[in-house]
Amino acid sequence: MNAIGRPLPRVEGAAKVTGAARYAGEFDQPGQAHAVIVSATVGLGRIAAIDVATAQTLPGVLAVISHLNAPKLAYSPHKGFIDPAHGERLHVFQDDQIRFFGQPVAVVIADTLDQAEHAAAAIHVDYAARTPELRIEGVETLPAGGSHASAYKARGDADAALSQAPVKVDAVYRIARENHNPMEPHATIAAWDGDRLHLWSKSQFVTNEQVEIAAVFGLPADHVHVTCPFIGGAFGTALRTWPHVTIAAIGARHVNRAVKLVLTRRQMFYTTGHRPRSMQRVALGAGTDGKLSAIVHEGTAETSRYEQFVEALTTITSYLYSCPNVRSSHGLAPTDTSTPTYMRAPGEASGVFAVECAMDELAGALNMDPVSLRLLNEPSIDEGENRPFSSRSLKDCIEQGAARFGWSRRDPRPRAMRDGRLLIGWGMATATYPAFHAPAGARACLHGNGPAEVEAAASDMGPGTYTSMTQVAADALGLPPEHVLFQLGRSDFPRTPPHGGSMTMASVGSAVQAACLAVRAKAVQAAIADARSPLFGAAAADIDAADGSLFVKSEPARRETYATIAARHGSIEAEATCSPDEDARKRFSMHSFGAVFTEVAVDPDLGIVRVRRAVGAYGCGRVINPRLARSQCTGGMVGGIGMALMEQTLLDPRDGRPVNASMADYLVPVNLDVNELDAIFVEEDDPHVNALGVKGVGEIALTGIAPAIANAVYHATGKRVRALPIRIEDLI
Amino acid sequence: MATSEIELTINGHLQRLSLDPRTSLLDMLREHLALHGTKKGCDQGACGACTILLDGKRINSCLTLAVMHNGAHITTIEGLANGAELHPLQAAFIEHDAFQCGYCTPGQIMSGVACLAEGHAASPEQIKAWMSGNICRCGAYPGIVSAITQTANASR
Ligand code: FES
Ligand code: FES
Repeated sequence: MNAIGRPLPRVEGAAKVTGAARYAGEFDQPGQAHAVIVSATVGLGRIAAIDVATAQTLPGVLAVISHLNAPKLAYSPHKGFIDPAHGERLHVFQDDQIRFFGQPVAVVIADTLDQAEHAAAAIHVDYAARTPELRIEGVETLPAGGSHASAYKARGDADAALSQAPVKVDAVYRIARENHNPMEPHATIAAWDGDRLHLWSKSQFVTNEQVEIAAVFGLPADHVHVTCPFIGGAFGTALRTWPHVTIAAIGARHVNRAVKLVLTRRQMFYTTGHRPRSMQRVALGAGTDGKLSAIVHEGTAETSRYEQFVEALTTITSYLYSCPNVRSSHGLAPTDTSTPTYMRAPGEASGVFAVECAMDELAGALNMDPVSLRLLNEPSIDEGENRPFSSRSLKDCIEQGAARFGWSRRDPRPRAMRDGRLLIGWGMATATYPAFHAPAGARACLHGNGPAEVEAAASDMGPGTYTSMTQVAADALGLPPEHVLFQLGRSDFPRTPPHGGSMTMASVGSAVQAACLAVRAKAVQAAIADARSPLFGAAAADIDAADGSLFVKSEPARRETYATIAARHGSIEAEATCSPDEDARKRFSMHSFGAVFTEVAVDPDLGIVRVRRAVGAYGCGRVINPRLARSQCTGGMVGGIGMALMEQTLLDPRDGRPVNASMADYLVPVNLDVNELDAIFVEEDDPHVNALGVKGVGEIALTGIAPAIANAVYHATGKRVRALPIRIEDLI
Repeated sequence: MATSEIELTINGHLQRLSLDPRTSLLDMLREHLALHGTKKGCDQGACGACTILLDGKRINSCLTLAVMHNGAHITTIEGLANGAELHPLQAAFIEHDAFQCGYCTPGQIMSGVACLAEGHAASPEQIKAWMSGNICRCGAYPGIVSAITQTANASR
C-alpha cells in the first residue's frame, strides 16, 4: 500500500506532545553563559557614548560588547538565495551609526539569564539622534530589482485601453506592516571549538546560515556547523541569518564559553524582518460584457536604507486573468527602518489582495456575480509568458468551492443578508502561488538493523516535512513508513534550498525520492550479484520492492529483505541531487490556483467582524498527505483572518519605534476568532512540475483569504475598506 | 544577589533548589532544570506557551517568580504521560493534528487538561473561549478544539 496520499499522523507527533522535541534555544551546552542584547532607542543617528560602568560591576557579568570593543569582522561578500540582490546586510557592532530603531548596540554576557537581563537594563547609551524617514507615500521610489526592466512589465497599451473602457474601477489599496510573530522567538546557542563554530540556531536554511556566518567571520564554510531539528513556526522570519546569530558567536568567542542568546518578543519586531507596508493602485477596465480590456497595477513597498528587499507584489498580475493590455510597476520606498523580508506568500498575498478586491469592485460596477466575472476572464494560456500552464485548475476550484460553500444562495445586493441584527456578507477571491522547484540533495542508507535512514539539510517549521519525506522515502524504497527515519536540520546533510516559497515538497521530496531509488538500485545490484541471495542471477529490471523486501516480479517467492541484504553486504548508502527540469520550465508556466469563499457577520452598531466560515478549494498538484495539507490550508486561513482583520505593526512617526511590539498589542487570531474552516483539494495530475507532481501548499493557503474577507465585509456592510487590517473604526 | 532556598514537587519529584529571587517559574524550569517542554513565547503573560499546572491550576509560568511557590506541586508537559502511555489529550492532539510547529503545543495541552478539569469543555464554543489564552500562530485551533472535545466526550 502506498504511503503517499495517505493521511498519516505526524511522525514527530509524540515528541511534540510530550515536550521532547528540542528547539534551537534548548540545546544547552556545558558551561553555557547567557547573552542579552541592548537595542537602540532612537530611529536614526549615532551613538555618542555608552556607559557600561554600572553594568560591568554587577554580579555574574562576564562582558559587555559594543562597537567600542567588538572585533572587526571579515564580513566577506555573501549573497544567499534569500538575501536582497542590492545593498548590504547590517554589520553588527562595526560602527557607531544607528540605522533603525531597535538596532543592536551592545550585548551583555553573564552567568545567568537574570544577571544578563539586569545588566542590560543598567547600560546607558547617549545618542546624537535625527528624525528617521518612514513615509512610503509622497516620497521618491526606486525601481524594484534595481532597473526599469525588473520593475516594469507591460503588454498592449493598458492606459489607452483603460481610458476607453466602458466600465472601470481605479483604486488604491494599502496593507500595514506585519511581523511573522512565530511562537518561538529567534534563538541561537553558539559554541567555539578552536576556530570551529557550532550553532544551534533557529533557521529555515541551515546551509545558508553556515556559509553566511563563515563569511562574516572569515572562516572556511566547513568550520561552521548549524543544527536546527525543530522550528517553532517561522513563516519566513528564519530564512535569513539575522544579526543576533553573529552577536551570539562574537559573545561566545569573547568569553570563551558557549553562549545562549534568545531574542525578546519586543526584539522580534526590530531585526528579524517583516512583511513590508505596501500601497497598490489597481485599475481595471472591462467591456459591458465583463471581459477585461485593461489592468494597471502599480505597487510601492517599504524597504530599508541599506538593502533593497523585493517581494513579488505585482507578479500575479500578468497571468491571473486573460487581458490584452496589462501594465505593472513595482517601486521601493527606502526608509530608516530595518530590512523587510519574506513573510508567507511574500508579495503574492499582498498583490492578490489588491487585484481580487478590485475584481470584486468591478463585478459590482458590472452588476455581475464575482464568480462569473472570474470564470469569464479565465485565460487558456499564461498571457504574460505566452506559454501554456503545466496545469491550471482555477475553474474547478471556483466551481467546487462555490458548490461546497453554497454560493448560489447568495443575494448579490450589499446589506441584503442578515442573521437577526447582524449583517451577513459572503465574499470570494482567487488564490495563486508559483510552483517553485530548486536543486536539492538527499542521502539514503539501508542498514542490517533498524530503519532506513534518509537525510537532507531541510527544515520543518510545521508543514510536516518529517512526515511527508518519510512517506516519499517509504514508497520509493518499498518499505512501511515506520521503517524509515528521516532526519533534517543539519548543515552537514546534503544541501537543500530554503524552507520557504512552498518548494520543500517539490525540491527536497524529489531528491529524497531520487536518493531512495538510488540506494534501492544498489541493494538490487548487491543481491543479484551475491550467490547467497535468493535473487542471485535475476535481472535488475525484473526486481521490485514491497514491504521491506526485494523480489523477482515473475517469481515473487524469490525474495529477500533489505535488512538481510544489508546485514550480509554492510550498510548500503546513496546520495542524489535533483534539479528542476529546465526544459519543462521553459515550455510551461507553473502555478497553483485556488478559490476562497468566506462568510462574515458584522455587528452594525459595533463594527465587530467575525469570520463565520471559510471554504478554500485548491489545485496544487498531488497531495502527499491530506491530513497535513489540510492543516496547512486551514492554518493559512487563520493567518489570513489575522491579515484581514488584526495584524499591523505601527511605527511611531517620531522615531520609528514599533509601538505595539508585544503579543498583547500585535493582535493575531485566538481560538475564539476561528470558526468553521474547510479546505478541499481539486484532483490535479501535473506530469510537468516535478517527479512527484507536487506544487506546494504553504503559501497559496495565505493568498486569497484576506481579499475574500474584505469582499465579504463589503457585501455585508456596503462599505469598501481598501486598507488592511480592516478595523472596527472603519465600519462605524 | 543572594539566593533563596525552596522546595518544589515537580512532576512527582521533590526538588530542593537554590534560586536567584528574580528567576521566574518558567526560567527555573527551562534554564535551571532543563525542562524545556514548557515554552517561552513572550515572557509577558500574553501567549500561554508557558502554561503549567501549579497545585492543579493552570498558570502562565512566565508571570510568577519561583521563590513565591515554596512547597508547591507543579506539573509540566513532561509529567503528563504515564511512562510510554500518553495522556488521552496528548494522544488526541496527534489524532486531530492539533499542531504544526509544536511550539505552542505543551502550553495548549496543559491548558486543555485544566480546561477539562475545570468543566469548561461542555461545547466547542466554551472550549474556544476557555482556550483563547493560548495563541497558536500556526492556526491549529480547529484541531485543538476537536482534540479537547473528543477527550471530554470520552471521559463523560
Ligand atoms: S511565555 Fe508566558 S504567556 Fe507567553
Ligand atoms: S503549532 Fe505552531 S504555534 Fe501552535
